[in-house]
Amino acid sequence: MTPILLTPLDISIAASLILLDAGLSIWLKIRLHRQLAIAAARMVVQLVAIGYVLRFIFALNNPAVTLMLVLVMVLVAAREVAARPERRFRGTTNFLIGAVSVGFATFVTAILALTTAIRPQPWFDPHYAIPLAGIILGNVLNSASLSLDSFLGSVKRERPGIEARLALGVSYREAIAPLVREAVRRGLLPIINQMSAAGIVTLPGIMTGQILAGLDPLEAVKYQILLMFLLSGGSGLSALAVSYLTAWRLTDERQRLRLDRLQ
Amino acid sequence: MPLTVKQLRSPFAGPFDLELAAGACAAITGASGSGKSLFLRMIADLDPNEGEAWLNEHERRAMPAPEWRRQVTYVSAESGWWADIVIDHLPADRRSEIVALATRFGLRGELLDAPVGQLSTGEKQRLSLLRALLQSPPVLLLDEPTGPLDEISVTQIEALLRERMAGGTSILLVTHDPNQAARLGARPYRMIAGHLEAA
Repeated sequence: MTPILLTPLDISIAASLILLDAGLSIWLKIRLHRQLAIAAARMVVQLVAIGYVLRFIFALNNPAVTLMLVLVMVLVAAREVAARPERRFRGTTNFLIGAVSVGFATFVTAILALTTAIRPQPWFDPHYAIPLAGIILGNVLNSASLSLDSFLGSVKRERPGIEARLALGVSYREAIAPLVREAVRRGLLPIINQMSAAGIVTLPGIMTGQILAGLDPLEAVKYQILLMFLLSGGSGLSALAVSYLTAWRLTDERQRLRLDRLQ
Repeated sequence: MPLTVKQLRSPFAGPFDLELAAGACAAITGASGSGKSLFLRMIADLDPNEGEAWLNEHERRAMPAPEWRRQVTYVSAESGWWADIVIDHLPADRRSEIVALATRFGLRGELLDAPVGQLSTGEKQRLSLLRALLQSPPVLLLDEPTGPLDEISVTQIEALLRERMAGGTSILLVTHDPNQAARLGARPYRMIAGHLEAA
């Protein structure tokens, strides 16, 4: 079975639904038609642009260029992780923690999948490496930002308890451990939810996409299962990295709790 | 000297110099925000600071921070808790010792199994002092140890502190009660805008 390719006419018919939405907006005076038009136009431009970028990079088939694109994606994700929490470190620490943990988790899981399970020839073939890195990044970003938010949100509230233990001669590692555990737990919740709901509440995107592209449902399911495992590994790694890096940045060589490093 | 502080300073307070003999007590009074708690936290190495602090012949920098804090123990004015039940903050294998000490503080033994959230401020304050006393550190840094307490409890705690001093423990305490220094036979100091003066 080959994928059914879309013609411009097919897309125009679907686009008429946007006009329907806009008509509704005008009729009900909810004044969303402008935003709707802008969002739809943005979506089309962004996706067409990335389509050309991908086609170009696939044609180049140059590992350095592939790596560059993945690095740019990691940096954008790191910015999102850094911006999410309400409480932040002074300076660029938030961003650095985000970049290191997101990058680490993404590279480890993507390379593992490319060299053992999916095994394209060569393993860094951009057709596989880039979409895979993208899916993993999306998830890893989510768990990293939840972990960071959990840690920074609770550390000030828990300060009297942590410092009471430090004052009694407990090591920083032990005094901060409950916060590390809680932050890792928070980071792992979304992927646990995703895995429990998969197939019953939701039909995961990759699987749906592959079925639409003509793949046998069971083959698509196998891909999705592999992906879920990868995503849970990525989530765990990034939650762990974020939590330990944050704990480490909140102390010094004398095992103090350095909340003065937060804004 | 069990505790010697030389030119201890931070951007917010100091420099401080202080000597505390074995079994001696020094009491610091002063307005809120004058740097009393800051000074105790600096000695315990809980806030960044420069200068020297010695425990007998051991310099602070030469030992790991947890070991220093275990021997020069700071008890804050606002007690801190990290578990749900009181006993989880204490060595459970020394229960009878804890109950005996708690009774001397006017605390019922059942409190040990209560959730921390059910305790009054005064009960929490006494239990956090008890927690430090159980480790028998040679130097105690007490930040308003009797602040929120009634007269009877104050008498009970002062009696126990005098007992510890007789056993060789050195105590540096911050208090708002000018008579507490006299009752404990302490050398009085006054903190004025981040500087320590003998009163």
